[in-house]
Amino acid sequence: MSAHSPLPSHELAIRVRALQVGFGTRLVLNNLELDVRRGEVLGFVGGSGTGKSVLARTILGLVQKRAGRVEVFGEDLDQLSKEGHRAMERRWGVLFQHGALFSGLTVLQNVQVPMREYLSLSPILMDELARLKIALVGLKPEAADKYPSELSGGMIKRAALARALALDPELVFLDEPTSGLDPISAAEFDELIKTLQQTLGLTVFMVTHDLDSLYSVCDRVAALADGKVIATGTIEQMLAAEHPWLRTYFHGTRASRLTLARAQSTGA
Amino acid sequence: MIEPSFTQGTTAQALRFGLGGCWVISAPALEATATQLEAAARNAQHIEIDLGEIIALDTAGAWLIDRMRCAIKAHGGDVRLVGARREHDILLGAAHYRPFDVKPPVQGSLLVERLADVGETVADAGRDLYRGVSFLGEVMSALVRLILNPARMRSTSVVYHIDSFALRGLPIIALINFLVGCIVAQQGIFQLQRFGAATFAVDLIGILVLRELAVLLSSIMVAGRSGSAITAELGSMKMREEIGALRVMGLDPIEVLVVPRLLALLVALPLLTFVADMAAILGGMVVSITYGDFSMDVFFDRLQNAIKLNTFLVGLIKAPFMALVIAMISAMEGLAVKGSAESLGRCVTASVVKSIFMVIVVDGLFAMFFAAIQY
Repeated sequence: MSAHSPLPSHELAIRVRALQVGFGTRLVLNNLELDVRRGEVLGFVGGSGTGKSVLARTILGLVQKRAGRVEVFGEDLDQLSKEGHRAMERRWGVLFQHGALFSGLTVLQNVQVPMREYLSLSPILMDELARLKIALVGLKPEAADKYPSELSGGMIKRAALARALALDPELVFLDEPTSGLDPISAAEFDELIKTLQQTLGLTVFMVTHDLDSLYSVCDRVAALADGKVIATGTIEQMLAAEHPWLRTYFHGTRASRLTLARAQSTGA
Repeated sequence: MIEPSFTQGTTAQALRFGLGGCWVISAPALEATATQLEAAARNAQHIEIDLGEIIALDTAGAWLIDRMRCAIKAHGGDVRLVGARREHDILLGAAHYRPFDVKPPVQGSLLVERLADVGETVADAGRDLYRGVSFLGEVMSALVRLILNPARMRSTSVVYHIDSFALRGLPIIALINFLVGCIVAQQGIFQLQRFGAATFAVDLIGILVLRELAVLLSSIMVAGRSGSAITAELGSMKMREEIGALRVMGLDPIEVLVVPRLLALLVALPLLTFVADMAAILGGMVVSITYGDFSMDVFFDRLQNAIKLNTFLVGLIKAPFMALVIAMISAMEGLAVKGSAESLGRCVTASVVKSIFMVIVVDGLFAMFFAAIQY
C-alpha cells in the first residue's frame, strides 16, 4: 500500500509531496505525502499530538511549511497569486475543531460572512440561503438568531459546518467534527456529511478519532505516524494492515468491540 | 464558468423551459436569471421545467428553482420538474423550498428604550453594590478564619503577589509620580511667579503630592496594572472550571485565591504610595532648582514649613483602603466571568473602570472626612 496513487493530478483534490513542517527544533511532519481524490471522504487518523491538525492547517496556509509542495485542485498553492488564493479560498470550507464561530455575530450572520464578502446577493436571498444551510445541518430555526455563547457544543459544530458550507465549496476540511458530540448527534453528523458529499459532490478531508465515522462515511482512510502517512486505503485494507500502530488502533479493545458489533448486525 | 440561462418553448400541453448553464451560487447572474424565469412563467397554467441541460447545480440554485416552483404553485399554476439527474434530484429534495417565518424584531420607541437602558444601568449599579457588600462579608469571614487558624495562611502566595504587585510595579509608579511632581512644580512656579510668590510652589508640591496625588496615582496605576491581572487570573480560572475544581476538593476559593491577593495589595499599595511620595517630591525639587532657580536650602526650608507629619499620614492612611477597594472589585469581577472569552474581556474592562472610579470616589470621601475632623 503506497501513499502515492497513479491518478492524474486533475483527479486529485489535494496532492501533498515531501512536506516538512516543524516548530522550533521539532519536526512534526517529515516528508509527508498524501493524495485526496475528488469526491471522496478521506478520514485522517493518528495519535493525539502527531500533527493531524497541523497538516490540515498547513494545507490551508495557516501554518508555514519548511519544505514540500501542496497542490489543491491541481494548483500549487505557492505559485498562486493573491487573486488566485482568494479564488481558491472560495472553493474550500473549513470546520475548525472548536467551531471558531465569530462571537460577536449571530449564527445567521456567521453563515452570511463568506456570502457578504464574496458575492453580491440580495439580502432576502442571502437570509434564505443562510437559513437553508442552518436547516440543512440540522439546527432548529430559532438557533439562527442566537449568539455562539448561547449554543451547546453540538450546535456550535453544526453552525460551524453551516458556515463552512455557505459558499457551496467543493472541498471541506473537517477537524474532529464529531468529537464532543453524543453518539446520536455524531451519527446524525456522519449521515449529514455523507448526504452532502453525495448531493454536492463534496470532497471531504476529515481529521477524526471517531472509529464509527471511519466505518460509516469514509471512503478511504489515511493514517499518520512519525510525521508520515504510514498507510492509506479503505477501512478493510486498514484492518488488514500489518503496521503495529495500525493494528493497535484498529484492533484495540474499543475497535474490536465495534468490528464485532458491526459483523453481528450485518450477519443478522 | 457558464452563466445560468433558460430557453422558452411550448409543448402540446404546457409552457416549457429548458434550463442550462451553471446554477451555482458563484454565478453572478444566478439570482437575476431566476427572477426572469419566474416572471416569464408566472401566469401560465401548465409549466414544465427541464433540468436535463444544467451543467452544475448547488444548494443556492436548487433553492431558487424550488422557490420558483412553489411561487408558481401558489399562483394556481402547475409545475413539473423533468429530466433532473439523480444527484440533482437528491439536491432538490434536500434544499427544497420552505418558508422561514422570521419574526421581525420588535421595534420599541427610542425614548422608552433609552429610559429602560438608564433604569437597567441604575438597577445594575444597585445590584453591584449589594453583591459587593456580601462579597466583602465573605472575604472578611474568610480572613477571620485564617487569623484564628494561621497555619492555613498561604504565605508563599502572599509573598509572590507582593512581589508582582509592588516590586514589579515600582519602576513605573516611581516614574509617573516623578513626572507628575515635575509638572506640578513647573505649573506652580509659573503661575505663582506673577504674584511674586514663586517659592510657595514648594508648599503646593508638598501638600498636594503627599495628601492626594501620590496615593491617587499609585492606586489608579495599581488598579490598571494589578487589578486587571487579578480579574484576568481569577476569570480564566473560572472559565476553565478551576474554581469549581477547588470547591469540590473542599477548598474555599476566597480563602485560597482572594485573601492572598487582598493581603498582598494591602501591603503593596502603602509601600508604593511611600515610594510615590518620595519620587514626586524629588521631581518637584529637580524642577524647583533647575526651572525656578531656588537653592536646595530654600526648597527644604519651605517644605519643612509647609508639611507636617499629618500631611504625609493623610496620604498613607488612604492607601490600604484603596487596596481593599481594588482587590474587592477585581476579585468580584474575576469570579463573575462566565464561560466565554468575551465575558473575560468584558469583566477585565469593567474591573479596571469600576476600580478607578471607586478609588476616586473613596478619595473624595476621605477629603471630606479629613476636612471635617480638621486633620
